[in-house]
Amino acid sequence: MSQAIESPSYPSQQELRNAPGYPSRKRLEKGPVVAIECIEEIPCNPCEQACPQHAITIGEPITNCPHLDEDKCIGCGLCVSQCPGLAIFLIDLTHSQGSASVAFPHEYLPLPGKGQTVRAVNRAGEPICSATVVRVQNPKTNGQTPVVTVAVPRKYATEVRGILRPGR
Amino acid sequence: MREVDLAVVGAGPAGLTAAIEGTKRGCRTVVLDMNPRPGGQLIKQIHKFFGSREHRAGTRGIEIADSLFHEAASAGVEVMVEAEVYAIHDSTLEVVAQTNEDSLVLLSEEATTSRSRPLSIAARRIILATGGAENALNFAGWTLPGIMGAGAAQTMINLWRVLPGKKILMVGAGNVGLIISYQLIQAGGEMVAVIEATSRIGGYGVHAAKISRAGVPILTSHTIVSASGESRVERAVIAKVDASWRIVSGSEQELEVDTICIAVGLHPNARLASLAGCELCYSPGLGGWVPIHNSRMETTVSGIYIAGDLSGVEEASTALEEGRLAGICAAASLGKERAGDHDEIKAIEGRLLGLRSGPFCQHRQDAKQELIGIGEAQCPKQ
Repeated sequence: MSQAIESPSYPSQQELRNAPGYPSRKRLEKGPVVAIECIEEIPCNPCEQACPQHAITIGEPITNCPHLDEDKCIGCGLCVSQCPGLAIFLIDLTHSQGSASVAFPHEYLPLPGKGQTVRAVNRAGEPICSATVVRVQNPKTNGQTPVVTVAVPRKYATEVRGILRPGR
Repeated sequence: MREVDLAVVGAGPAGLTAAIEGTKRGCRTVVLDMNPRPGGQLIKQIHKFFGSREHRAGTRGIEIADSLFHEAASAGVEVMVEAEVYAIHDSTLEVVAQTNEDSLVLLSEEATTSRSRPLSIAARRIILATGGAENALNFAGWTLPGIMGAGAAQTMINLWRVLPGKKILMVGAGNVGLIISYQLIQAGGEMVAVIEATSRIGGYGVHAAKISRAGVPILTSHTIVSASGESRVERAVIAKVDASWRIVSGSEQELEVDTICIAVGLHPNARLASLAGCELCYSPGLGGWVPIHNSRMETTVSGIYIAGDLSGVEEASTALEEGRLAGICAAASLGKERAGDHDEIKAIEGRLLGLRSGPFCQHRQDAKQELIGIGEAQCPKQ
């Protein structure tokens, strides 16, 4: 398909900056924090209960967008697998010297292995950089939504939202 | 003839909750479903549901089905599968002769070919929960093998583990089109594109974002022009449409695909209700022709209730609630009320109101309100 996407099928940077669930640049610089890329008023609230720090609020009505209290968020990432929309990502700009980590839900088999080198993709599914798989978590509490964490060059941390599946 | 208090047609989320509530209130209840497994559409929903905690948000549909079966079994609900209901007669004379009561007679048949036999069931109350059916889309070549409803493709991959094709085009970017595209990718298919005739994606942005980062282009203001191939679909021609739905000439492009899925909405599956004499009204907001019903879910035919997508195409969460409402109200009409039922009904209505709010769902509340308004005037009074 060579045709450009007519209307955006993912949130723009501007929309994310204005979203109540997206952390500020200042907070991102401090260390692990989640980015909730949920910008539409849809009836859904499991993320609110998923957070042990009570950093995510939806309240009433249930169609409110999730609000992230970025000072309360400790970056545990427990909410990542609990969002039915797979719209929460854990970003750590302090992962190592020069590299950041991004954790995302990944409901595709086969799962990548720890240490594996993969191609990371942006919100449009375009490969943008090489990434190393840091960990793959799939405990029972994830409800069969594995969470993959990859290390990427720091400048791509707010762009990387997945990896190329094998065979693509 | 077998006699029951309550016969429920359809063992999806609405039918099962209706049967559970009826049975809990002492109604002798039977649920009839044409499929080999109960659960309706829930059993092929492998994605986590949205909604609130009380509606099992974050739980996959198939798991909700499992817990419903468990609840139904412990309540003592009888479910008859492969049983297709083909006619409902409300011949009062006949019924009165059979049961000596003011009853309705329901005919059904076990649908297996080898051991099928006609069976008649006399039911004092009937709840129809026959669900929705996919809308068709006509275009040149639309009858070629490999072109199917998106729901059919979902049944193939999630129930029967058969991938309908390798290179797939999805027509329609509502939630059904987006979710099934995602599931086709999970099943190993390649989504060549999702096209949508309107200028915006109709489904939730998070579903669109999910398949977008999986590399699937979503083309709005695009329609399918034709499909062609020797013995099955081999290619599709798509094109841009302008604001007045006309194809923009010169914008046609050919895609190599072996499967085309149609996800252009659903309509209430109202054939049995219509056959039973329930009056229908046309409600675009609820998916088309829908049986008129009142706030107790009773239709214009006394003793016949409806719930779920049959009463307006919505979500599994609303179907679960409406089923409960219909079950409680049908039982109440037989004098089988439980203490607290009044509060229970109020609570269900409150939860339904919540589910029908927000920019995506408020139109359903408006459409439902209008339908119930008609129903209050036309349906039998309690």
